Amino acid sequence: MSGELEFRPKMLGIVCNWCCYGGADLCGVSRFQYPPFIRLVRVMCSGRVDLLHILRALSDGMDAVFVGGCHINDCHYVTEGNYDAIAMIEVCREILRRIGIRPERVRLEWVSAGEGIRFAAIMNEYAAQVQKLGPLGRADGEGLDAAELARRLEAATRLVPFARLALTGRLRPAVRTEEAYRRFFAGEEFRRLFDELLGDRLAISRVLLALREGPRTAADLARDLGWSASDVARHVRNSTRHGWIRFDAARGCYALAGG
Amino acid sequence: MNKAPDADRLGDVMVVGGGISGIQAALDLATAGFKVYLVETSPTIGGKMAQLDKTFPTNDCSMCIESPKFIECDRHPNIEILTYTDVERVEGREGDFRITLLRKPRYVLADRCSGCTTCVSYCPVHVPDPFNQELSRNKAVHIYFAQAVPLVPYIDENCLYLKEGKCRICEAVCQKQAIDFDQTPERVEVRVGAVVLAPGYAPFDPGPRSDYGYGRYPNVVTSLDFERLLCATGPHEGEILRPSDGRHPHRIAWIHCVGSRQVTPGGHGYCSSVCCTYIQKQVILAKDHDGEAECTIFHNDIRSYGKDFERFYQRAEKLPGVRFVRSYVTVGRELPDSRNVTIRYAADDGVREEEFDLVVLGVGLAPPKDAPRLARLFGIELDEHGFCRTDPTNPMRTTRPGVLVSGAFQGPMDIPESVVTASGAGSLCGELLGRRRGWLARERVYPPERDVSAEEPRVGVYVCHCGANIGRVVDVPATVHYTLGLPDVVHAEESLFICSTEAAQKLATSIREKGLNRVVVAACTPRTHEPLFRDTLREAGINQYFFDMANIREHCSWVHSREKEAATRKAQDIIRMSVARARHLEPLQEFRLPVDQRALVVGGGLSGMTAALSIARQGHEVWLVEKEPELGGMARRLHRTLEGLDVQAYLRDVVGRVYAEPRLHVLVGAEILEASGYVGSFTTRVRAAGRVTEIRHGATVIAIGAGEYRPTEYLYGTDERVVTQLELEERLAAGDPRLDGVRSVVMIQCVGCRQEDRNYCARICCSHALKNALALRRRAPAPDVYVLFRDLRSYGFREDFYREAADRHVRFVRWEPDGRPSVEPATEEGRPVLRVTVPDPVLRRRLALDADLLVLSAAVVPAATSQEVSRLFKVATGPDGFFQEAHVKLRPVDFAADGVFLCGTAHYPKHIAEAVSQAYGAAGRAVTLLSQDTVVASGSVCRVEERDCVACGACIRACTYGAIEFHDTPRGRKARVNAVLCKGDGLCNTKCPTGAISLLHYTDEELLSQIDAAAAEPARAT
Repeated sequence: MSGELEFRPKMLGIVCNWCCYGGADLCGVSRFQYPPFIRLVRVMCSGRVDLLHILRALSDGMDAVFVGGCHINDCHYVTEGNYDAIAMIEVCREILRRIGIRPERVRLEWVSAGEGIRFAAIMNEYAAQVQKLGPLGRADGEGLDAAELARRLEAATRLVPFARLALTGRLRPAVRTEEAYRRFFAGEEFRRLFDELLGDRLAISRVLLALREGPRTAADLARDLGWSASDVARHVRNSTRHGWIRFDAARGCYALAGG
Repeated sequence: MNKAPDADRLGDVMVVGGGISGIQAALDLATAGFKVYLVETSPTIGGKMAQLDKTFPTNDCSMCIESPKFIECDRHPNIEILTYTDVERVEGREGDFRITLLRKPRYVLADRCSGCTTCVSYCPVHVPDPFNQELSRNKAVHIYFAQAVPLVPYIDENCLYLKEGKCRICEAVCQKQAIDFDQTPERVEVRVGAVVLAPGYAPFDPGPRSDYGYGRYPNVVTSLDFERLLCATGPHEGEILRPSDGRHPHRIAWIHCVGSRQVTPGGHGYCSSVCCTYIQKQVILAKDHDGEAECTIFHNDIRSYGKDFERFYQRAEKLPGVRFVRSYVTVGRELPDSRNVTIRYAADDGVREEEFDLVVLGVGLAPPKDAPRLARLFGIELDEHGFCRTDPTNPMRTTRPGVLVSGAFQGPMDIPESVVTASGAGSLCGELLGRRRGWLARERVYPPERDVSAEEPRVGVYVCHCGANIGRVVDVPATVHYTLGLPDVVHAEESLFICSTEAAQKLATSIREKGLNRVVVAACTPRTHEPLFRDTLREAGINQYFFDMANIREHCSWVHSREKEAATRKAQDIIRMSVARARHLEPLQEFRLPVDQRALVVGGGLSGMTAALSIARQGHEVWLVEKEPELGGMARRLHRTLEGLDVQAYLRDVVGRVYAEPRLHVLVGAEILEASGYVGSFTTRVRAAGRVTEIRHGATVIAIGAGEYRPTEYLYGTDERVVTQLELEERLAAGDPRLDGVRSVVMIQCVGCRQEDRNYCARICCSHALKNALALRRRAPAPDVYVLFRDLRSYGFREDFYREAADRHVRFVRWEPDGRPSVEPATEEGRPVLRVTVPDPVLRRRLALDADLLVLSAAVVPAATSQEVSRLFKVATGPDGFFQEAHVKLRPVDFAADGVFLCGTAHYPKHIAEAVSQAYGAAGRAVTLLSQDTVVASGSVCRVEERDCVACGACIRACTYGAIEFHDTPRGRKARVNAVLCKGDGLCNTKCPTGAISLLHYTDEELLSQIDAAAAEPARAT
């Protein structure tokens, strides 16, 4: 058996009590088998799942996070939290994309309490997908060492309060249909709003975290953060204007304002 | 069983039969304030449902959903369970029955027995196990099944000592001296005001008949045998092994209608109603167990007439390797070497004989064996089929006042109907005994809650084997050992079945003795068992929210059964997460909300009126709201039922009683403007006759009925010779002259349903067609009547009328969806006719029928207002647009929203008697609420930390319940949660930028601790 070499990912699932948890139960009742990688956390509604939870799981070293809710229109609550789950997950995936983590590491699915077989199918498929991706930070296109990974996830975590605000404000699609949600989050308008509301903040956080390690030249920053020179210039300018960093002319380096 | 015997044994109601129907009746009555004696002849409550593996159409685990009710009964202060007990004599009358019971000796002293089962292991006598349909063996002393209530062994008649006066090994090995061979039958007299008979049914026994080979060929089993084979607690722990050689059967055949729809001697003429769907369930489960299995189902009409049954049928039919064959069959012979069994059936090319490894007989439901005895004892009549004779306008009424009937003793029915009729019988008892409600009832008393706020967490972990369900995969002892190394865990132990009554008692003791303040049970799913363990915590004197369940069965042992080591590690991880969470749990207080003891019934058809009357007769004020100017609903268009009831006379009587009932207020021509509130305290604004009334009520019953589909097919609306069954019924009742010249009538079934856009069976149309066909054939001169059908679904006793229609020469022609009938106007010998052509799959040619009248069996569709009512009262509708009950099986008239109930065709199409049953059921459920002064609301609601609130309003926008509002404080405007309106979804948590609001019991701290624990590399105990 190739079990010795096989990558056995750590996966977290956060699922709603009424549908997906029930589907996972029925999956068990029906004895459908899936790989033993995932650990489930129960919440009452997929709308309770927070960006913070996902980022914490990744910061803790988990390789993927699954979120499961009720099918649209089946939410147990009149608040229809599963729409909020779509929005949160889309924002989360966009954040991951921006910090160089594969967005496939976060996945949202609807599973009803009657869909044991669907739960099993998703678990099997997702486990295989994550196995293929490899450990967090080491997938194609990631290539992050532990320290850099931690810095990036910390930058993302600092974004959480702002993301919450954006999600109740301009990142909330006007029409509550699954189609409208999918369209909105796949569209250009979303990217533009994301940049405006969250993208720059995320970038500045990353600059600050990079400088926490010590003064850096613009070239260092471009290399560490994987940015173009013009991006570095823009974010450094913003950070300086806010008074968060300063330019140490003597050494030709940027440093934290208080440092 | 440890309860001290009541000196005078005075009660309100005796429920005879401890199956699911009896259990539900007992629970409803006891909760509504009556003292109940629950009498069961077998050694435990549970009945047939306990023997089933899964329940259709959701495939819920049967025991898992039923067993929490056992414990609820056992713990209810107003229920006294008397198992292994028979009724011996009944005297007295309605309001004052004196019933003598005979308690059979168990030879085991319940109050001494610890349930250790040492006696069982030492008993030398092996006997066929009745619970496992005698497919496995047990001992002469044994516990009926692991979740039995009471969990006390009994010694059966096979005991060597009882038979031959020797052995007594059990007596010698019992350290508790709980064996008592001196026990003798004990007589008990109980006085009650009313009786609910719920003895259930007996599965049809194919043994006495030679034609099925049952009892002769070991590989012919009944469907109930097969349930046990499927079940994890069955003879082979859930492996399907055939009886002759213990091998996995590959080719399995099911035979429908065994003992049902048979007028030959030894059969029953009626349809048993449940077999079609339970067979589909068994096929699905058999395929779950073995994806390669070849399943063949020999069937007659497929009667998928219940809610979601049609989809369930499609699910079974679409599975690979599943073959539905429409044919009568005979069981052939047993092949000498393989012991396979052959089945002969009609195929396209003549009679075919095919070999199967296992044959499952879809046995019907027969009257309970002791039905004649019960009838004699209680002075009630039986019907021609041997079931209880019931009042045609009220299926819970027997021929004797004060003796009610629920469940399958009324006639074949499924679990939800057994539950509905139980609640209905409860409501009728309430009408009868209303004035004594509460006299004998006691409140459940819990010990005072220990204040643990100053204590460090002391976590106890209980790891369940669940028989072999967990223990066979997860190394439970190693897991217990591992658990002891986790932070704050001060105690861990294993248990065979932590959900058994006895284990739950031990758990309570253990919590007290070890001084625990947090409890983790690692077992099955919290969705079914959390309430039970929370209750145990209360009994142990600690806050019930100090509890967490680690699901190591559904989410571990059952889904990783081939990876035992990995499953064990995962179980340990899951427990570690639970322990981490438990350390952060806070004590929460559930709060009591006052109950406004008035009810609102929406919909003034027969269901709504019946429910309203029953609630009002139990002393509650009721508002009955109807949108039409007159009461009566759909019943106003009906004249006779299939069974012959004069619907208009009945309707006049009910309407008369409604207007005569002083506690009942009727608003007709009414429109509901607004509905708000929550369980116990609703407010609904209604406009009627130009006035707006604001109604305050504690419970709501939704009974808005359904509509008739208006066909667009078959020339309906363009040719006046095309009518619906309802229109025909009206013409028949009115003696419409247009019927006089009619020589030939064609009826087409399934118009507008059993198709893609309405994927359900409208249930009533087959019976409706039979009724009208019979009425036409009784006319002189009688027209020819043709019924073009897909599956004739005259379930239950309606089958008698199908036979009568055939006897009266109504012609039945079957068609299939790919060969729908077509209709065109034509002229035949100068007579203008409607020419209906249909491919006849039996005769395999196109059949042309000339009709003077074409009758369409138009589907029943959701009421036009259903979506609006759904929105107003915040209750869900299902995929077909009918209202969705809280649980298909066990909460059939409750909505998931507390305090709102459901009955009649708003739930699904149904016949009058069924709608009336449900109406009483909904009334019964509503009264269990209305008879309380307060209700308990969950403590898991949101809370604002005012210091952190910046009054951004994000939470308020997210909460469409309107549970959060701003209020002014000395430190400015702050959000505040109205806990009564908060439903605990926690959406607001994810919106608050400062983390000021949190959902208690699911706080970020609790969830993050779980996440951290999930990721933590565990320190493994070695």
